[in-house]
Amino acid sequence: MKPLLEVRDLVTGFGSTRVVDGVSFRIAAGETYALLGESGCGKSITALSLMRLLPDGGRVVSGRVQLGETDVLALPEREMRGVRGGGMAMIFQEPMLALNPVIKVGTQIGEALALHRTLDGQAAREAARALLDAVSVPDAARRLDSYPFELSGGLRQRVMIAMALAGEPRLLIADEPTTALDVTIQAQVLDVLRRLKAERQMGMLLITHDLGVVAENADRVGVMYAGELVEEGARDAFFASPQHPYSRMLFEALPRAGDGGRLTTIPGQVPPLDGVLIGCRFAPRCPHAIARCRDESPDWQDLNGQRVRCHLAGQLPASTVRAVTAQTAALAAQPLLQVEGLKVHFPIRRGLIQRTVGHVRAVDDVSLDIQAGRTLALVGESGCGKTTVGKALLRLIEPTAGSIVLGGEPITARNASSLRRQAQMVFQDPYSSLNPRMRVADILLEGMDALKVGNAPQRRDAVAQLLRQVGLPDDAGGRYPHAFSGGQRQRIAIARALAVSPRLVICDEPTSALDVSVQAQILNLLKDLQNDLGLAYLFITHNLAVVEYLAHAVAVMYLGRIVEQGAAADVLRAPRHPYTQALVSAVPRIEPPAGEGIIRLAGDQPSPLNPPAGCHFHPRCPKAGALCRQTYPERTDLGDGHWVRCHWVAGRL
Amino acid sequence: MSFMPVILWTDALIFALLVVVLALVWFIRRHEHLRAPWKHVAQRPMAMGAALVLGVFVVIGLLDSLHYRERLADSPADAPQYSVEVLSVFDALVSGLRTRQEKTYSAPLAMQLYAKEFIQRDGETVRDHPRLKYGGAHLTHADERGPDITRRTLVGLAQGLAVSLLLFGLLAAWQARRTQVQMGAWLEAWATGALGWPGRTVVLVLTLMLLLAGVLAQLASGYHVFGTDKVGQDVLYISLKSIRTGLVIGTLTTLVTLPLAIGFGIAAGYFRGWIDDVIQYIYTVLNSIPGVLLIAAMILIVQVAIESHPELFDTAAARADIRLLALCLIMGVTSWTGLARLLRGESLKLRTLDYVEAARAFGVSHTRIISRHIFPNVFHLVLIAIVLDFSGLVLAEAVLSYVGVGVDPSMYSWGNMINGARLELAREPVVWWQLGAAFVFMFTLVLAANLFADGVRDAFDPRLGGRR
Repeated sequence: MKPLLEVRDLVTGFGSTRVVDGVSFRIAAGETYALLGESGCGKSITALSLMRLLPDGGRVVSGRVQLGETDVLALPEREMRGVRGGGMAMIFQEPMLALNPVIKVGTQIGEALALHRTLDGQAAREAARALLDAVSVPDAARRLDSYPFELSGGLRQRVMIAMALAGEPRLLIADEPTTALDVTIQAQVLDVLRRLKAERQMGMLLITHDLGVVAENADRVGVMYAGELVEEGARDAFFASPQHPYSRMLFEALPRAGDGGRLTTIPGQVPPLDGVLIGCRFAPRCPHAIARCRDESPDWQDLNGQRVRCHLAGQLPASTVRAVTAQTAALAAQPLLQVEGLKVHFPIRRGLIQRTVGHVRAVDDVSLDIQAGRTLALVGESGCGKTTVGKALLRLIEPTAGSIVLGGEPITARNASSLRRQAQMVFQDPYSSLNPRMRVADILLEGMDALKVGNAPQRRDAVAQLLRQVGLPDDAGGRYPHAFSGGQRQRIAIARALAVSPRLVICDEPTSALDVSVQAQILNLLKDLQNDLGLAYLFITHNLAVVEYLAHAVAVMYLGRIVEQGAAADVLRAPRHPYTQALVSAVPRIEPPAGEGIIRLAGDQPSPLNPPAGCHFHPRCPKAGALCRQTYPERTDLGDGHWVRCHWVAGRL
Repeated sequence: MSFMPVILWTDALIFALLVVVLALVWFIRRHEHLRAPWKHVAQRPMAMGAALVLGVFVVIGLLDSLHYRERLADSPADAPQYSVEVLSVFDALVSGLRTRQEKTYSAPLAMQLYAKEFIQRDGETVRDHPRLKYGGAHLTHADERGPDITRRTLVGLAQGLAVSLLLFGLLAAWQARRTQVQMGAWLEAWATGALGWPGRTVVLVLTLMLLLAGVLAQLASGYHVFGTDKVGQDVLYISLKSIRTGLVIGTLTTLVTLPLAIGFGIAAGYFRGWIDDVIQYIYTVLNSIPGVLLIAAMILIVQVAIESHPELFDTAAARADIRLLALCLIMGVTSWTGLARLLRGESLKLRTLDYVEAARAFGVSHTRIISRHIFPNVFHLVLIAIVLDFSGLVLAEAVLSYVGVGVDPSMYSWGNMINGARLELAREPVVWWQLGAAFVFMFTLVLAANLFADGVRDAFDPRLGGRR
């Protein structure tokens, strides 16, 4: 069969740097081809080369891109405009940035329609409405007159897809289409993409770093490393037995449920592409590398339809299955942290004299406790208030009500310094959490100076010890943060938190800005530190895979309240609250989901400014009854410290 | 002693500023992340050329800020008396220019006055252009003027070239020694532009300036290069003296602006709440009053104060200097709002960043957060604002003096030159050289400042970071 898109030996360079180096692949109509790889591997630049939308300085050096009968790279710019949108269309990662905020959604879709299908007026409006219907935007006719800021992230991404579809493209390029979205929304958007592809027989190039998304959506998979494709094959074969060592290590770096062992990490970094690269590009990081790998670049080898660029193809030992060790049983002692009825309400002020007209109940009556040396994961979608809980515990945001007892001592505004000695925070983005104008040693000293820990020589020794503890070189203290990679920066941030020897560390999505292999390093480090120092973690995250790997207990938050809490194994394996069930089932998984089908939630999380009456979750809940619309459910105990707030669960007991 | 040093207020401040700048340079040299952007500035040919030109202006301004009073020749040794005229080191260096005063206007390079007068010639009274006392006095006949000027120009060029060749040789020898390469190899690297710093541009600009200096020196010793003004003073001398005024206004005003802008801007952005409200009200109010009005009022008040306390000022220079300082102060007070607004916005952004949150989680005090986290991260904005505002302030001085609320009329400044030329422009034939000279000097200074500012902004602005 003639492929829809054929890319042959594509080379894209920025100056002398070859960011994409000899990439070839084909996509048939109605097929999804996934490009997989860590950041900086050249996935996005490949896609932009196809669209000929490279940023300044970028240039396709050689190669062929054939879309149907057209040679895309040979077209003059005038005709290329027709191909973009008409022949192939692209969806970008950040729906906030890809829509013009001052133009109505309908008009933006209409632009594409006028260009590619020469529709205008009522016809264009009808077509735009049909497109929004096609991407499952509820109440499409009304949405045409909305501005992008009136839409949630998931709706915006769907509008983007509708715009991309306006030209009836034969090929859809989706560049990390769901990375910025929550899992339940991600599941909705991926559903839409899958359905559209089947209905319209489109080819799809899906660019992602998420193995789960690939497993659920792709027909064929290509793995990119340092500008080259290193492995290619059908999805099932690829997931059954990845052949390239890089692909294998990507799998092994993924945290999985219930294994207490260490994650496999990929040492080192993607090599810089501006030098002369001899041999296999992965050789410096490859545990199986032999002398030949360093001298000779491997060629494609065929293994029953799976193609791989590795000298050792087919000779590698079968991938090891990690030993699943049971979590050590808890030594139930006096809890380190006890939080009762924590509330954080932000006043909304309006008018000339800034009268308070209402409150955003970001956190509404949250109670938690954490034992020393244990990890409690706080899980929920973005905007549910989980980060606010973390900051309120540290009094970075003043709580409205509630009591915090840390190590048996009630924390008030007066003894805040005792709190700061015992609890510290690790932030999400390692690029914004370190002051670029301070040396690493000064960053680490800051906390000790402020809290007057030890004297000057002791502090200097402490810095050296901290750097060793988090696995940074000894001379790191004299350097500035920009000299470090993302993973190393997160290590510095962890060292900073540890500098005042706290007993509780609040980790606010510490790995969500990192690549899978680096995430594995950081998770290993956190686990080691917990074992060595007996730290307790409050782990705030939306990534359930990480929770399963790291947490002892889980609390699920929805709209400022905890809806389900219990031991990690109980909550994640046998979720009882409908929201938790939906959350767990929405996570894209490598293994096909067992048992009951996937629960898809409708709609988005409502605004905490005006939460629905009764159970906050009832508008999206498939099990909601009359009672749910009237009263907020009480705690229902399920034994073993597992409890939910749900009328439906209570009714079935 | 044959002279008494005089330290005017602005002199003290200028040298204080110089010390601060030198300390800052020393500090920056020791910090890698601070030095890096300056390295980018140093690699830009345009910025380095402009910096050289600026450097010449600054040196002249600094020399002109070392003031003294000469001892009167007939005063007794045990009770010395000093002249009321305050001179500067720069005056001493170019004393020829200062003392060779004509009767009134004369055109550039002229040997006769501009206006006709009745003069005695061979016992007869005729109405003609009288010869100048100094300009072209060495000539016996008007026909010799052209060849003499050509000769002097050529000699000046030759001298300039000779000096620049000598300097270039020294530079090459020093650099070759420093980098431990052969002289020939260094010259080759220089010629191909492979030095890592814009050697060719620097040498070219330096050579051009030396050639110009040579020609000016040759011509000025026999003529008035830019003519003379109404009272017969050399316009070149006035223009050179005006450099100091321009620099003082450009730098001291910034000195007044900075604490206000940085303090208020960061406080408003960092603390928010009522502090933010109060500061915003202040600068909104200040912004809505026309700046010229405030400046005029302030200058009038200062003028009255000076006149009612003559005992405080022993010389005319001290009086003029106080008025200059007052002008700097009031211009500073009216012009901090723009930068403050910028810094407020930036601090609003920075205070929500995770590293500030992390510092707060350690209980670090507000002053420390501001000094270690906020200020270093807005410093590039401050720097860009300083260099960009400088040229604007130099131009503002000219406008204010022209309007009559600028510096003291007895003070040399480009604004006063333009003001003085205003009426003469209506005259036939027109007296253009005063305006022309002020224009040339101001243009050179402002252009150099702007080109340098461009270089600084490109190196410091993080948004342009990717393009370097």
